[in-house]
Amino acid sequence: MMLLTDVVTALGLQVLTSGVGFDREVRGGIVCDLLSIVLAKAQPQDMWITIQRHQNIVAVAKVTSVAGVILADGIVPEQDVIDRASEEGILLLATKESSFVVCGKLFALLSSEEE
Amino acid sequence: MSDMNASLTYEVHAGDIEQGGSASAALKSELRKMGICEEQARRVGIIAFEGEMNLLLYATNGGTLKAEVTPEAIDITVEDDGPGIDDIDLAMRPGYSTAPDWALNLGFGAGMGLVNMKRNSNFFEIHSHTGKGTLIRCRVNRRKNDAAD
Ligand SMILES: Nc1ncnc2c1ncn2[C@@H]1O[C@H](COP(=O)(O)OP(=O)(O)OP(=O)(O)O)[C@@H](O)[C@H]1O
Ligand SMILES: [Mg+2]
Repeated sequence: MMLLTDVVTALGLQVLTSGVGFDREVRGGIVCDLLSIVLAKAQPQDMWITIQRHQNIVAVAKVTSVAGVILADGIVPEQDVIDRASEEGILLLATKESSFVVCGKLFALLSSEEE
Repeated sequence: MSDMNASLTYEVHAGDIEQGGSASAALKSELRKMGICEEQARRVGIIAFEGEMNLLLYATNGGTLKAEVTPEAIDITVEDDGPGIDDIDLAMRPGYSTAPDWALNLGFGAGMGLVNMKRNSNFFEIHSHTGKGTLIRCRVNRRKNDAAD
C-alpha cells in the first residue's frame, strides 16, 4: 500500500501545510487545472496535480476528498490559502517540476507497486 | 445520529471569490459530523460547490445555498434572483460557458458545473426565468446502493 508519506519522499515534495497527516493511501492521480473537470473525475485516493493556487483549490480538494494536492511548476499559494488548507486538513505539496514530470514520476511509483 | 433532520443554509455573495467554496466545504464538514457517509457527503459537496460558484460568478445579488437532511435524502437548493438563464438546454450543454476571463484564469469555465450537479443527483431540476432568477433542486438519496445515474 502506497501512503502519502511514500509519495512525498519519493517525489521530493515540499510540504506547505502544517499539522496535516501523511497516513492516507494513494492509488492514482488526476492532473487538471479546470475545477469542474477535477470535480467530475477526481477519486478519493487520487493525488491532484495542478498549477491553480487560489483559495478554491482547498474547497475542491475538500469536497472531492483527494488524498493531497501537488502544486507544480514552482507555484506557491498565498499564506492564507495554506492556512485554510491546514485548517481543513488538506495536504498541500509543492515542487518546481512541471505537471508532466510529476505525473510521470507518480505514475511510475504507483505502477512499481502493482508489480 | 444520522437519522436526525437538519437544515443548513449559506448565503453566497456575488463576486466574493476570496470566500469561494467556503460554503460547500463547511456543508460537507457538517454532513460528515452528522454521520452522513463519505460517498454521499462527497456528492452533496460537489453539487454545492458548483452551485455556490455559479451564484458567485453569475447571480447579480448572489444567492442562497440550502441543504435539508432527512433520513431519506439530502435536498440541496440553490436559488438566486437574477439575471436568470435564457436557454437552459444550452446552459446544461457540456462545454458551454459564459465565465468571464478572470474566472477562466482561476480554473472556472469548463462548462461542466450544471452537468456535474445533475450527474451527482438522484433527482435534479432547474427552473429559470430571465430577469427573475434561477432555482435548482438536487436530491441525493441516503439509502445504500442508490448511486447517482
Ligand atoms: N445562477 C445562474 N444565473 C445565470 N446564469 C447561470 C447561472 N448558473 C449558470 N449560468 C449560466 O450557465 C452557464 C453554464 O454553467 P456551468 O456551471 O455548467 O458552467 P460554467 O460555470 O460556465 O463553468 P464551470 O462550472 O465548469 O466552471 C454559465 O456559463 C452561465 O452562463
Ligand atoms: Mg459553473
